[in-house]
Amino acid sequence: MSNKKNWPLWEVFVRSKNGLEHRHFGSLHAADAEMALENARDVYTRRNEGVSIWVVESKHITASNPEHNGELFEPAQDKVYRHPTFYDLPDDVKHM
Amino acid sequence: MSEEQIKNLEEQFEARIARDEKIEPKDWMPEKYRQTHIRQISQHAHSEIVGMLPEGNWITRAPSLRRKVALLAKVQDEAGHGLYLYSACETLGISRDELYEQLHSGKAKYSSIFNYPTVTWADMGAIGWLVDGAAIINQVPLCSTSFGPYARAMVRVCKEESFHQRQGYEIMLKLCNGTPEQKEMAQDALNRWWWPSLMMLGPTDDMSVHTEQSMKWKLKRKTNDELRQQFIDQTVPQADILGLTIPDPDLKWNEERQSYDFGEIDWEEFWQVVKGHGPMNKARMKARVGAWERGEWVRDAAMAHAEKQQERKNKQVV
Repeated sequence: MSNKKNWPLWEVFVRSKNGLEHRHFGSLHAADAEMALENARDVYTRRNEGVSIWVVESKHITASNPEHNGELFEPAQDKVYRHPTFYDLPDDVKHM
Repeated sequence: MSEEQIKNLEEQFEARIARDEKIEPKDWMPEKYRQTHIRQISQHAHSEIVGMLPEGNWITRAPSLRRKVALLAKVQDEAGHGLYLYSACETLGISRDELYEQLHSGKAKYSSIFNYPTVTWADMGAIGWLVDGAAIINQVPLCSTSFGPYARAMVRVCKEESFHQRQGYEIMLKLCNGTPEQKEMAQDALNRWWWPSLMMLGPTDDMSVHTEQSMKWKLKRKTNDELRQQFIDQTVPQADILGLTIPDPDLKWNEERQSYDFGEIDWEEFWQVVKGHGPMNKARMKARVGAWERGEWVRDAAMAHAEKQQERKNKQVV
């Protein structure tokens, strides 16, 4: 086996057509950003699945930990006043 | 963590799967779930990669440009499918290098069907029709399996796979409507690929050790025997359209079951091939390991180039 460094992992995001956001499609290994783009073209868009590709080295992504989902997301749960249904209005008020 | 805490977590975990919730890579999971998924997803990836070899044999000898571009595209898809699956597997905390090492050392298995030789052009037809046909039956239920990255990879694989089967069937159809020699070639290919294709759906239920656990984790939705029956029931009418004979004297329609009865499968042959004694086991591994080793200098050169470019960029900044 080679003693040298292995190709790093990249995450691939593809915009399937203009007007839509880039979406995570998967990952792949490549030596550098240019190769990651070319490989992403071959691996993830063989059938016209995209009009734009982003690649980012996986190590640059900071992800939240699902074990801390409580502290992270629960504060939003008791803030019902952020939703329009929280406010009591008579039925005959229209366009609101 | 105490044993009780783990047991508690396991119960919650099983309940999530029972509610059809997906499991994502960073979620807590029982060690056995992780190991089973690494085993199954990597076997699946290895099968895609080794599966390119029997067909690669015919790319340069395809009988027309139309057949050649189709076969090339199919083999390229298989490389892509292998890569989707390796990526999904890596999210479970195993590196690509370890996965390759397991394949190359023989520690990991791949589908036994690829240990049979492709001796005529008709084998390209039979593989697309039967081998991809059986693979689709295996794979469609996996699109809704519990592990998110595996399910997402399978959705892409299944979308792409149906062209594979159709191009194979079209090859068979063309041969069957050709000269008597061509039709004979198609029949010969069916004769050789039929039984190994049935074996692809796995050991019979009473012999299968993983079925129960895999059903629970939605790695399986139907048992091997159910899948095999489904494959036979949908393939026999397709053989009729080709005018070919399925090489099983015991095959006959069972009115009561509304299904085909079929003959005994030679499981001894299956296990021999699994254990490495199939006609092409050694050749496949030699080709695969050889390609990996011969490519080493390219991988190293690409990495060295990338590092040099990066250094140059860093210097400019300073």
